[in-house]
Amino acid sequence: MELLLLLGTPVLGALVLWAFGAHRRAAELNVLFSATTFAAACALTVQVIARGPVLVLHEQFLIDAFNVFLVTLTAFVGLTTALFSRPYMRIEAEHGRVGAPRLRLYHSMYQLFTATMLVALTTNNLGLLWVAMEAATLSTVLLVTLYRTPASLEAGWKYFILCGVGIAQALFGTMLIYFAAERVLGAAGVTALLWTHLNAVKGQLEPAVLSLAFVFLLVGYGTKVGLAPLHNWLPDAHAEGPTPISAVLSGLLLNVAIYAVVRCKILVEGSLRSALPSQMMMGFGLVSVVLASLFLWRQRDIKRLFAYSSIEHMGIITFAFGMGGPVANFAALLHMTVHSLTKSAIFFAVGHAAQKAGTQLIDNIRGLLTLSPTVGWGLMLGSLAILGLPPFGVFASEFLILTTAMKQQPWATPVLLLALAIAFAAIFGKVQPMVFGDTEARRLPHPPALLPVFAHLAIVLLLGLYVPPYLAGWYRDAARLIGGP
Amino acid sequence: MNPLPLDLQLLNACASLLLLLSFSMLAQRRVVNLVNLLALQGALLCFATVLVALRTGQAHLYLSAALTLALKVIGLPLLLHRLIRRLGVYWDAEPVINPSGTMLIGLLIVVFSFGLAQPLAALASTATRSTLGIAIAVILLAFLAMITRRKAMSQVVAFLSMENGLFFGAMSATYGMPMVVELGVALDVLVAMLVLGVFFFQIREQFDSLDLHHLESLKEVE
Repeated sequence: MELLLLLGTPVLGALVLWAFGAHRRAAELNVLFSATTFAAACALTVQVIARGPVLVLHEQFLIDAFNVFLVTLTAFVGLTTALFSRPYMRIEAEHGRVGAPRLRLYHSMYQLFTATMLVALTTNNLGLLWVAMEAATLSTVLLVTLYRTPASLEAGWKYFILCGVGIAQALFGTMLIYFAAERVLGAAGVTALLWTHLNAVKGQLEPAVLSLAFVFLLVGYGTKVGLAPLHNWLPDAHAEGPTPISAVLSGLLLNVAIYAVVRCKILVEGSLRSALPSQMMMGFGLVSVVLASLFLWRQRDIKRLFAYSSIEHMGIITFAFGMGGPVANFAALLHMTVHSLTKSAIFFAVGHAAQKAGTQLIDNIRGLLTLSPTVGWGLMLGSLAILGLPPFGVFASEFLILTTAMKQQPWATPVLLLALAIAFAAIFGKVQPMVFGDTEARRLPHPPALLPVFAHLAIVLLLGLYVPPYLAGWYRDAARLIGGP
Repeated sequence: MNPLPLDLQLLNACASLLLLLSFSMLAQRRVVNLVNLLALQGALLCFATVLVALRTGQAHLYLSAALTLALKVIGLPLLLHRLIRRLGVYWDAEPVINPSGTMLIGLLIVVFSFGLAQPLAALASTATRSTLGIAIAVILLAFLAMITRRKAMSQVVAFLSMENGLFFGAMSATYGMPMVVELGVALDVLVAMLVLGVFFFQIREQFDSLDLHHLESLKEVE
């Protein structure tokens, strides 16, 4: 019931906003639908706390410790982004960058995008997972090109083609899993793609097929995660689309893609009983961290800068899941949560900063503190949080990952530390003059929405100091579920 | 050695024709012909699905065949033809690699695909094991076509050809995916085409052409 409400609300929202998206109050309607979705997610969470994992609708949907907090997180950031996008898009409209028809498209697709992510997270069917991931790409392509500038069209095209081709590889991987499962679960074909059934028989699945499947799945969903060298679409799509979309792409979609990879890894690892999936994930993760931290130095566009930072953090998470084991998995899950909250908060602040300065170029954004202390502090604190300064939550998770790496994969620790240091210097060096110094920025026609920024940062701070027992319990359960070599 | 039953022979013939079509798509530069080849590929896929359905008696495969017919043989090619007419893109530019080079790489890909399919085919209990290698080859050849093409329209046709290869692979390895998944995938493909249609008009409006070299200004480092 809660699940139907959770998945139904954004779908209904997409339809309603398609009809009334150009209305004066469409932004409020958007917030309302997102709030209802969040309420449904909370109700579902309460239910899972009370009764444990839930399997519903002919076993097609599954809520367990691994995805329940991701569902809540997605609904929560969906809501705060909707709150942020209300004044943001209004300012964009006043600046003449979007008209009423495009706002209609924007609002409707925003809801649809939320729906696809929630389906991807809650489905128990690997095939449906794929369908939802592809649908998530499709619903955001036209959002990336919302401004119709040459650069945004290029970004949209790259996004469409690279993610389309990538995800086609994932479909092949899914097919191979089905091929292996059919031999164990019977040719009826109804249960052979259901994750719970696969998980029950994973020890009997043919290792040769599953290792090949994992290569395709990792490359496929990895494209969507933005793992180097498949990350090309990510900075463009983040930089050229409207900022609320950058926030949800970076904060939520990447998480969902990692979730898909990890779900597949659990099955493959159970079948192979070897470290191949782990090693592949660690390899991709490390390459992403290192490449992204080097590219950070050369960025001149503020949104591209933080897009590369997302690649870096996705690399860290992938590496941690690759290491496996209770502590690394716990840290990776925590990192997914805090990265998502921090990065979306940063994008909110960056969005308003860019609107004030009238440009996204770092060199032309100066002295945010003088004109708007809240935007300036939001950006500064957000950057410090994402760079892993204590006492923010990112510090806690990165610390856990590094100490585990020292024990389990000592060779990787110096590489990680060096990359983190490079990233720190790059981002801090670029953000610091943006916040301090003289300004030429302009006033905005509407007051910016900064409540979401500070709400997110407060939660990240809280998670750095104290992880509530429910959440810690889920992380531990999920970490056990994910296992490791 | 006993000769194969007729339906399996036909299925193998389908597979080889699919591969042949993939190669001709690599060489073809007229976009209209490219779309026709794609439709032909869809028709072969549909025919192969019916063959497997007859052999195994699985009812959902007929539905899948009907879906292929509606979407890949009729729907999408019609849509693409309309787009081509309205946008006036009839020829692709010179490919990135010259045609003979592309063909050679294509040959290597086929050898590689059969190598890749070897361990899988040995496991396949289905009667169609020999076709798995071809399915992988079709996917990878479409990939090659996407790399070597310069016009947005031909890249999209190659993308759809990759989708055909995937479906053929699914069929030859497992007699098709469960219906709910196939419906979902079909829906995604359809929506993807609609999005693309909108997208093409946006690109043309902005650049007055669908040549992809307009879309090369975003760089990793500036």
